[in-house]
Amino acid sequence: MTVGKPSSARLTRPASGKGVGRVAPPWRILLLFLAPAFLLYTIFLIYPLAQALFFSFFEWKGTVRGAFVGFDNFSELFGRFPLNEQLPRAFIHNITFFLATMAIQVSLGLLFALLLHRPRRGRSFLRTTYVLPYMISPLIVGYVWALILNPTFGPFNSVLKDLGLDELARPWLGDPATAFPVVILVNAWFWLGFPMLLFAAGLSAIPEDFAEAARVDGASPWQVFRHVTFPLLIPVFGTVAILTFIYSFNVFGLVWALGGVDGGPVGSTDVLGLLFYRTAFTGGINAFGTASALAVVMFVAIFGVSMTARWWFRRLEGGIA
Amino acid sequence: MTGATARARRPDPTGVAIAILMWGYAFIVLAPLALIVINSMRPSRQIFREPIALPESINLDSYVTAWGEASFSQYFSNSLVIVMASVVLAVAVSALAAYVLGRYSFRGSGLLAIFFLSGLLLPFRLAIMPLFLLLQDLGLVDSRLGLVLVYAATGVPFSVFILSAYFRQLPVELSEAARIDGAGEFTIFGRVMLPLVRPALATVAVFQFVPLWNDFFFPLVLLRSSEKWTLPVGMTRFFGEFQTDWSTLFAGIIITTLPLIIVFLIATKQIIAGLTAGIGKL
Repeated sequence: MTVGKPSSARLTRPASGKGVGRVAPPWRILLLFLAPAFLLYTIFLIYPLAQALFFSFFEWKGTVRGAFVGFDNFSELFGRFPLNEQLPRAFIHNITFFLATMAIQVSLGLLFALLLHRPRRGRSFLRTTYVLPYMISPLIVGYVWALILNPTFGPFNSVLKDLGLDELARPWLGDPATAFPVVILVNAWFWLGFPMLLFAAGLSAIPEDFAEAARVDGASPWQVFRHVTFPLLIPVFGTVAILTFIYSFNVFGLVWALGGVDGGPVGSTDVLGLLFYRTAFTGGINAFGTASALAVVMFVAIFGVSMTARWWFRRLEGGIA
Repeated sequence: MTGATARARRPDPTGVAIAILMWGYAFIVLAPLALIVINSMRPSRQIFREPIALPESINLDSYVTAWGEASFSQYFSNSLVIVMASVVLAVAVSALAAYVLGRYSFRGSGLLAIFFLSGLLLPFRLAIMPLFLLLQDLGLVDSRLGLVLVYAATGVPFSVFILSAYFRQLPVELSEAARIDGAGEFTIFGRVMLPLVRPALATVAVFQFVPLWNDFFFPLVLLRSSEKWTLPVGMTRFFGEFQTDWSTLFAGIIITTLPLIIVFLIATKQIIAGLTAGIGKL
């Protein structure tokens, strides 16, 4: 057995070397360590994900694969009613959802993170409280707010009436004009704590000296934020934007609870997640073909955009450093 | 007026505005939760008459109804068994892989790490149809085991990512000493290294518990018979059946949510560490 280097060298080396001076165990042993995770992950996630692409080029009869049909499933997706109307509408809803959520968290989420960064009374209570809703299932969050906003018995409208604002009371989730904005706000209630935590983690990684030096040079709090804190937070903005983007295109349970599987009323809350579910499991004889094509389109949109964004933020970060 | 205010401590207007904003938002977060707790103890008749009021007496009948008649005892134990099994399996297989990925460099180790890491960004729900057919071939549709395998697989990327970082930080001297004493690789892993990353194992386990407990999509598709349903899927039927019995609805919401709130309050540190771990890595 090789001991590598003299003991004196080992003692002085920082205790963080990645197996420095040691050879990896033989392949047989490595395989035993790696195989369980590799197989589980590959068989149940990676392989099915790759198969979805393959599925999209075939005609399906229920769960039985039929003939190779080239891009027919894709043209069906974009050309056949009602999909050709539902798909762009759902896509626009996902994009709106993403942009609105970003606007809320970059303002309010970042503000809360900045305010909680300094010691203040009740700091840890407030932080825990803000993150609390993020622990609740989105489906349950949706149901809770559906009850609160219920037009007949919901507490929300009753509060409005008690405040003398009767004319504002309305069926929030029954009106196509308000349903989707309500979905966005309910989601913000659920989600805001998460970006706030990410911003907070980013802030605590910035050395206090930087801001201190700027203050000594006579910079105002706004200037410190604008020229010191903000540029150093760019990587966090990148992470937050990418995670929010992925989440926005995956949103499912929350909208299911608020608008039903059809994204009602009249499709005003329909999103890609619901559309994908409906296409796959209630979409007729060739459901698997059409839904696989939709899966491929969504995959390209989600993964392609998040990878491009990641590359772009990395470059931006490099430009500043 | 002038004399009194001049002597009093001058309130800083910005400070007051900030305090109002922060405690106001805390109220917005907590009020709906408080409402659910309070209304779960009031009969539905009273809720419909007066949506916001304190209970006249503590009445826990709704919990009895939700737990028994509405099958929450069944959903609850299903969720608990499925989530626990998934977390244990995911952490176990991930710890093994993370150990060698974190401690050794070998041909393909970098590529393998990226392969596992990429799972953090992949939209796995899109694989639901091939996954469904795969599980059907294996006889694992409408089976708790099938769901456990899928869940455990979704936990692998995050667990490998966190655990390998922890294994990497452990001093080389420890494993070398054991090696000189003649210990094999599995002994070093199990006896020396694993106990040292116990905090990381806790972080990873707690952190996976939350999204799995809350997941709605996979059981919705993969579980057919209602006696196997987890809480979120059970919730959808429950909301249809009990839509006129709000008291029971609120009790069901509490039963589903309380375990997570407790886990969160006990393990706030671990969960926050987990939530912010990916930062800068993505």
